[in-house]
Amino acid sequence: MNRRDFFAVLGGGVVVMLVDDGVYAQETGGGRGGPRQAPQNLSAWLHIGETGMVTVYSGKVEVGQNARTSLTQAVAEELRTPVASIRMVLADTELTPYDFGTVGSQTTPQMWPVIRRAAAAARETLVDLASQKWMVERSAIQVVDGKVMAGSHSAGFGELTNGEKLTRTIAASAALAPATEWKIAGTSLPKVNGREMVTGAHRFTYDTKAPDMLYGKVLHPSSFGATLVSLDSAAAEAMPGVKVVHEGDFVGVTAPDPFTAEKAVAALKADWKAVAAEASSKDVYAYFKKNGRDATDGAGLTAYTVAYIAHVPLEPRSALAQWKDGALTVWTGSQRPFGVRSELAQHFGMPEERVRVIVPDTGSGYGGKHNGEAAYEAARLAKATGKPVKRNWTREEEMTWAYFRPGGLIEVGGKLNPDGTLAEWEMHNYNSGPSALQTPYDVPRKKEQMHQSKSPLRQGSYRGLAGTANHFVRESYMDELAHSAGIDPLEFRLKNARNERLRAVIQAAADKFGWNSRKKTPGRGFGISGGFEKGSYVANCAEVSVIDGAVKVVRVVEAFECGAVVNPEHLRNQVEGAIAMGMGGALFEQVDFADNKIVTNRLARYRVPRFADMPVIETVLLDRNDIPSAGAGETPLMGLAPAIGNAIFDATGQRIRSLPMAPGKLPSATSSSVPAAG
Amino acid sequence: MARVTELDVNGTRCRVDADPDRTLLSVLRDDLDLTGTKFGCGEGQCSACTVLIDGTPTKSCLTKVGTVGAKRVVTIEGLAASGKLHPVQEAFLEADAMQCGWCTPGMILGAVGLLERFPHPSEADIVSSMNGHICRCGTYSRVVRAIQMAAQTVAKQGGRA
Repeated sequence: MNRRDFFAVLGGGVVVMLVDDGVYAQETGGGRGGPRQAPQNLSAWLHIGETGMVTVYSGKVEVGQNARTSLTQAVAEELRTPVASIRMVLADTELTPYDFGTVGSQTTPQMWPVIRRAAAAARETLVDLASQKWMVERSAIQVVDGKVMAGSHSAGFGELTNGEKLTRTIAASAALAPATEWKIAGTSLPKVNGREMVTGAHRFTYDTKAPDMLYGKVLHPSSFGATLVSLDSAAAEAMPGVKVVHEGDFVGVTAPDPFTAEKAVAALKADWKAVAAEASSKDVYAYFKKNGRDATDGAGLTAYTVAYIAHVPLEPRSALAQWKDGALTVWTGSQRPFGVRSELAQHFGMPEERVRVIVPDTGSGYGGKHNGEAAYEAARLAKATGKPVKRNWTREEEMTWAYFRPGGLIEVGGKLNPDGTLAEWEMHNYNSGPSALQTPYDVPRKKEQMHQSKSPLRQGSYRGLAGTANHFVRESYMDELAHSAGIDPLEFRLKNARNERLRAVIQAAADKFGWNSRKKTPGRGFGISGGFEKGSYVANCAEVSVIDGAVKVVRVVEAFECGAVVNPEHLRNQVEGAIAMGMGGALFEQVDFADNKIVTNRLARYRVPRFADMPVIETVLLDRNDIPSAGAGETPLMGLAPAIGNAIFDATGQRIRSLPMAPGKLPSATSSSVPAAG
Repeated sequence: MARVTELDVNGTRCRVDADPDRTLLSVLRDDLDLTGTKFGCGEGQCSACTVLIDGTPTKSCLTKVGTVGAKRVVTIEGLAASGKLHPVQEAFLEADAMQCGWCTPGMILGAVGLLERFPHPSEADIVSSMNGHICRCGTYSRVVRAIQMAAQTVAKQGGRA
């Protein structure tokens, strides 16, 4: 929208536009294809209407990380207006400025200060207006609780603007008040749309509908890479209301209801030509090494492995697509609405301005929803049928045709000086990624190298993806070194960590855990880890019991520090959730695949953490309100696996060098729920 | 088997026209537009689709609509009585027992059913009866706390949930 459009849509008032002046360009440059320049580098905008309602527009997405709430706090903090008068419009490519995606724990360090600046500029604009109108000094004017006041004067925001159309453009780098002066930021504002969640009122993409909409299904190849040889669609086409769309290798159906759509896609008879598999989950680590760029022989190094895992967002991919007059509108759950817009524009050979992508608050992502698979399928079926099409993925599709957290082979080695300080360090990551490959400990001689490789599976982003792999290896191997030197693992870390923030989280976790007073009993073990990634520091202590080879994590303490804390309760929830999720990748989650097929393609075959897997979780949040806030979505996950692995070693003397560490038997869901009697 | 033409949902006799082999989940979501009941897996593993049938938490993704008959179905939309949240809903908000919210309706109905049977559940009772529910965001400890809080509220009100 341009300036004229803002006012046309929203009426008079104040509009503040935030222009990105390049301060963040480097941080945003890491994504796929680098940063995209929005028109005039607009990064957010804010409108105060004549009723005093504040509407803020940001391209960020709410996926459960509570961005909607924290961004609302940013507005309330600076504009000093009640939360109820603030509306956040998120992730709509037609309404919100370009955003590179809700990825890499960047919403808090990046968008949060931008929105605060917009709100602060709006407040100052209101003060200017009041100063002119009432002819009083600016310093005599206060903004409190949605009102502007000076002596006997008092006016709501809308009264002051009085139909005028005012625009301010300010730089995204304008100075802000320090966290020590925060009033609403830094408090535990409850989830702003929590009531919609507990009443079922919120419409996720999966729940969206359009009049006359059809339900779409897609026929997937029999295995990855297979090509279509022949298709017999007669039985499907004979079903009432069914249309079969067959264009090249794309085969889909639409039907007036989902039941018929399912039956129709099942009735398609297709012959596929398979291709030979390059690797299976059994031999993939050698495959990584063989195909690794600049691979070394690894002599003298210790090998660790990390399995592919699945995101399993509980809301599977979904989209509703609608064409009108050659323009396309798609509702879909994606972390990169503007990326999906580009994908769609490219697929259909149309300008991006003719594509609108809207992302309702989404049933989680964890880095797994960066692309527009369902959006593309829905749009293609909608184009072919001339009607809106809903395309809801099944769990099996989600666990097969989405992408995975990369597997990896990591080789590590190190040498100590006689006093137990690190003399040399070497670490090579094949395929799983370079994040957090650099050790945060002090080492005079080190070599840390990422080796790109080939992946037999489609792989992509995941919450803390390579950071988790690299922390697992580094912190496990640090433990190996500590034991080889006969030094207590806590003491060994403190001896080698000079960074104060790292030392602080390690010490805080150890204190809370009672590390120095821990008591060894048969079958019990204790482990510790520390780390740094994406601007925040983490340390974990874990207690495990190992009985007859069955590993149970009894207790986990995590100390976490991400600068100034924006919302303590939501941060705590985020840290606890990261630990719960991390339990899966640490102990039992792994994608099994062979012959270009996913074996673990259903929840009955892929175990995720449940209530009964949970340890006692204790968190220590170190609030550094002298440091700008970093994100907290990912780093809290990274230190868990090595703390558990080190505890297993402590209990059993067995060093486990592969994730997952304790893949047990397949899950059998025990449940309160029973099928209805017939 | 005859088509299903009527269901008792949230205290209302609802007219439907559904193949009896369809799932209750699909009829609730697609025909009655009660989309608060969620699809998570379709294989009975995650319990996001939990509804109450005659007060018992039931996976609607595994329930053929033809088997429901005249039984009373309660979905998340029918839990709050004339706008007043059920104590379990209140407790989930109070304990911040959610992140993305996708598993929340199923969790809440599972908890309501649990408290009907065990008004004073121990932590172990809660874990064992809720273990079929998956929260991928990992808010399990908060859900346990919310159920404990709701149990106390119900006890104070001296009645059933």
